[in-house]
Amino acid sequence: MRKLFIPAVVVAAAMFAWAPIGIARVEYESTMLLVQKIFYFHFATWMAVTASVTVCGIASAIYLFRGTPAADHYAVASAELTTIFCLFGMFSGSLWGRKAWGVWWQWDARLTMAFLLELVFFGYLLVRKYGGPGAEKLAAAMGIFGAATAPFIYKSVDWWRTIHPQTTVMKTLGDKFPAAWNLVWFCSGAFLLLFVITLAARVRLEQLRAQLDRAYLAAEE
Amino acid sequence: MMVRRIGVCLMSLLAVPFTAATAFALQQPAAQDGFVPVTGVPASEQVPAAPLVVGAYAFFLLLMMFYLWTIWRRIGKVEADMHALERRQGAGGSHAG
Amino acid sequence: MFLKIAVLVLKKDLAIEAKSREILYTTVFFAISCLLIFSVAFVKEGVPAEDAASGILWIALAFSGTIALGRTFERERYGETLRALLMAPASRPAIYVGKLLGMILSMLSTQVVLLPLVAFLFRAPLFARPLLLAALLGLGTLGFASVGTLFAAMLVRTRSRDALLPILLYPITVPVIIAGVRGTSALVQAPPDEAIATLWIGLLTGFDVVFVTLALWTFEPLMTE
Repeated sequence: MRKLFIPAVVVAAAMFAWAPIGIARVEYESTMLLVQKIFYFHFATWMAVTASVTVCGIASAIYLFRGTPAADHYAVASAELTTIFCLFGMFSGSLWGRKAWGVWWQWDARLTMAFLLELVFFGYLLVRKYGGPGAEKLAAAMGIFGAATAPFIYKSVDWWRTIHPQTTVMKTLGDKFPAAWNLVWFCSGAFLLLFVITLAARVRLEQLRAQLDRAYLAAEE
Repeated sequence: MMVRRIGVCLMSLLAVPFTAATAFALQQPAAQDGFVPVTGVPASEQVPAAPLVVGAYAFFLLLMMFYLWTIWRRIGKVEADMHALERRQGAGGSHAG
Repeated sequence: MFLKIAVLVLKKDLAIEAKSREILYTTVFFAISCLLIFSVAFVKEGVPAEDAASGILWIALAFSGTIALGRTFERERYGETLRALLMAPASRPAIYVGKLLGMILSMLSTQVVLLPLVAFLFRAPLFARPLLLAALLGLGTLGFASVGTLFAAMLVRTRSRDALLPILLYPITVPVIIAGVRGTSALVQAPPDEAIATLWIGLLTGFDVVFVTLALWTFEPLMTE
């Protein structure tokens, strides 16, 4: 698995090098014109957030019920990545909204829930840092509840009438705007690959820390 | 125990379509239907959006670079601690080996 | 057996509370002081902002609920009774349900005092549709208390528990509070919008089922060392 790391980085770098070119080349969208181009990375980052939240939820559940240290490593790594990708998602959405809606922020359902998701996983990191011994389990509970809230973020825009583009946008994109469809999935692929790479790097850090702790314990004997 | 857990899981699964049904029953029409492509842009539209688009992508680049740098820095610290520990072991001559 | 244990735990909590009534009085008066502070923000030239009442009600409930949670489990921690409870040969989910029922009763007693006060102070026709309001409050209380009891119990041995409880609890329970506020706002309108209120009640039911299920599922491994 480790051998795949360098090739993965190369592929991801190539994808991210091509992405701005592809985004500059694709046609404008009829109502929002240039600013709509934020969509390609905005949607892609939310794909990464979904992957990240899922990994965190599952890893937290495994850690809570089985106590596997590896699961804990994946849980904390994906929680950190969730806060990073979610932050970019809200930032890009805010810039897009400034042009498309005229306001920097709107308290509609999806934006509110996204903000909540950020707070939940930031709380995860806080509880790990300041919770004292045994905080990994408490954080795992937080990870499970956070992952449970995530589907509501996706569906919320359909359930509450808002000015946020509904999830039906993606379904019609293939027919109405095939260039955009291909590009957005390309960007999503790039982001997911980036997620996997950064996850691997972050998990490596946790493994090294665990190794160090074991070395300290062995030295005390 | 197992039966109760299954029952609890089934109950929660039932909750989702129930809430979805109530929500969809009272749904309002969509605010926006889909993206439609167009070629040729009226000049007045282009300028204000460019800094926003560039800013979004630049922020992403900076954020990822910053995050990867923090991982690299933390790994460096852990490895330094490990080397220090090994040196202390070597110098002190541990009994456990 | 499960219900018996839950009711026993509830009775224990009620017996302790009946003697001192500490949590009841402190929570209710904290909620009332919240109302006073909100009045500063939401009353302009002596007239309360329209539609502020529902938000104020639910926020006061959330804040006072957090205080009640903290106090209840602080009491357990002080007497080291939580460890004793967990050592008893009782099913852990049953203990959780017992504490949950106690918490719900505590929050409901706050609501009994808070509702007339909010209606009176902020000129809101809260009692236009009492059954729907009761459903909203009951389900909202269940949702908030289910997550709150779990988190407060799991944080009992943690160092920064007083600060961490709100940080962890509010983001998770905000969907419940949003549903409660929007539902109550729909009921406070003239005429009350029953369809919207029913929609929010449906969503609250969904949230409650998910939260209670998750809490029951995770309580045992969280409480074990």
